[in-house]
Amino acid sequence: MLRDRSTLALAIVMVALVVAGPFLPAWLRFVGTVALANALAVLGLLLLIRTGLVSFGQGLYYCIGGYAAGVGGKDLGLTDAFALLALGIVASGIISAILGLLLCRYREIFFAMFSMAFSMILYGLLSKSQKLGSTDGFNVVTPTFLGYAPDGANVKVWVFGLAVVLAFGVGIVLHQHLRSGMGYASEAVRDNEIRVEYLGVSAQYVVWWKYVLAAVLAALGGGIQALASGHVGPEMAYWTTSGEFVFIALLGGTAHVGAIISAAVIFEFIKTWVTQISPYTWQMFLGIVLLVIIMFLPKGLWSLLARMRRAS
Amino acid sequence: MSTGNTILEAKGLSKSFGAVTAAKDINILVHEGEIVGVIGSNGAGKTTFINMVTGYLKPTTGTITFRGSDITGLLPRQVVRTGVCRSFQVSQLFRELTVLEHMLIAIGMMRAHRLSWLAPLHTPEHERHAREMLARYTIEQHAGAVVSTLPQGVRKLLDIAMATVAEPALLLLDEPTSGVAIEEKFPLMQTVMGQIVASKAACLFVEHDMEIVEGYAHRVIAFYEGRVLADGPVKDVLANDEVRKYVIGSEIHREKEKA
Repeated sequence: MLRDRSTLALAIVMVALVVAGPFLPAWLRFVGTVALANALAVLGLLLLIRTGLVSFGQGLYYCIGGYAAGVGGKDLGLTDAFALLALGIVASGIISAILGLLLCRYREIFFAMFSMAFSMILYGLLSKSQKLGSTDGFNVVTPTFLGYAPDGANVKVWVFGLAVVLAFGVGIVLHQHLRSGMGYASEAVRDNEIRVEYLGVSAQYVVWWKYVLAAVLAALGGGIQALASGHVGPEMAYWTTSGEFVFIALLGGTAHVGAIISAAVIFEFIKTWVTQISPYTWQMFLGIVLLVIIMFLPKGLWSLLARMRRAS
Repeated sequence: MSTGNTILEAKGLSKSFGAVTAAKDINILVHEGEIVGVIGSNGAGKTTFINMVTGYLKPTTGTITFRGSDITGLLPRQVVRTGVCRSFQVSQLFRELTVLEHMLIAIGMMRAHRLSWLAPLHTPEHERHAREMLARYTIEQHAGAVVSTLPQGVRKLLDIAMATVAEPALLLLDEPTSGVAIEEKFPLMQTVMGQIVASKAACLFVEHDMEIVEGYAHRVIAFYEGRVLADGPVKDVLANDEVRKYVIGSEIHREKEKA
């Protein structure tokens, strides 16, 4: 067996990005932060996909994470980034623990539609809520970091650093998790639930846990997105947001956490670049990319890497 | 033939699906270390019986007692924890995983009280145990193969090997040789029964081939239309007029149809 260097590679890239952060142009740092916020949500989705479940509703928790950070600043007077993110973790954890009791009984299209339905309910509620800015959303406080309040543009450097550490940190932990007993349990549930039950394990238990973890990671992503852009709006819960997460997972493939993080970065850069040269057709362009990926690389871009490694 | 105390007692088991009765007043005793052959044509209630004992189906009436405790209505995952395991007529495997991964998962799930979240499943110790199990079932050479690429015989053996990871006291094999090429049936049973006898587990196996039943069973139970038609020593049951008329007769026809 090849020695697994993934953890080391992820750690090196993490450190390199944190160090490079202050020297990057502001636009690049922003795109990077958003990409890593998405990566966190898609890393959660990865857990579900490996369990055989495609959620078209991760936007629900992405939005909860964003709004929790927003409300924490606006109504609770909090400014600490960690406290704002923790609010999202707690809120998404509680809500997913409850919804998970229902959703862990459903599979395939029913799971996908149910998860989407819940995110659209939140979208509807927030759009009607005057207090939370209805369809416009509201602005998020400028965060501080454990008592340290960086000035002006430096805040964004810190948010970027936080995004890097969280995305890669989660990546390292998940990489370990995928090879653990619970990690393999996902694939076992995906392939054959009857066998899993006859090995003494509840498939619903496995699904419930993965659902809750995925929710918490989506909320972390949403929180980072809120701190990076300084604004939250109900479109975070809209189904197209959830759709983008699924897109990223398909783009990268689910074989490795590195696939997800790279795909999130590639996606955000393609989106930014195409929007600039042709503001009204970027969805079409992404659609074509998706089509090509599904037709020629059904296991995502990561499979290219595996193919190259085999060839050499 | 040496048999000890009763380990499984099914009393008055019935199962109906609406107007269809799949099992009617089934009373069966299995003793420690006993190898019981179960015969009967399709739809006679053999699999329904296994499904009820292992919790896949809840009996409409009746009780199932295993080693003195009532296991009626428990879920499959609870039943296997008590020491009753099963294999399947159509092997239940993880289509995209390798043979070794199957054993690692089985070991991880059945041996651990709680699945690990971070500790790797694939440890040298687990791998050694997994390979040892695979070697016992003569499929170690396939360890690295993805199961969807393997022949039926290997899949059946893997299915049974997974069921024995927990060292069950009672093993229910639902047609271990179905779907396996005729010339592989005896070697497969030889391997499986060798392991079961060595582990001292009791075993109840469903089989259509009377030669195999005669070769391995201490006792035979014949099912017919959801009832137990006969239960006793192999020779007596196979010579029973009703069994010959309703069960074995149809087996012979089956073989002819296939040929």
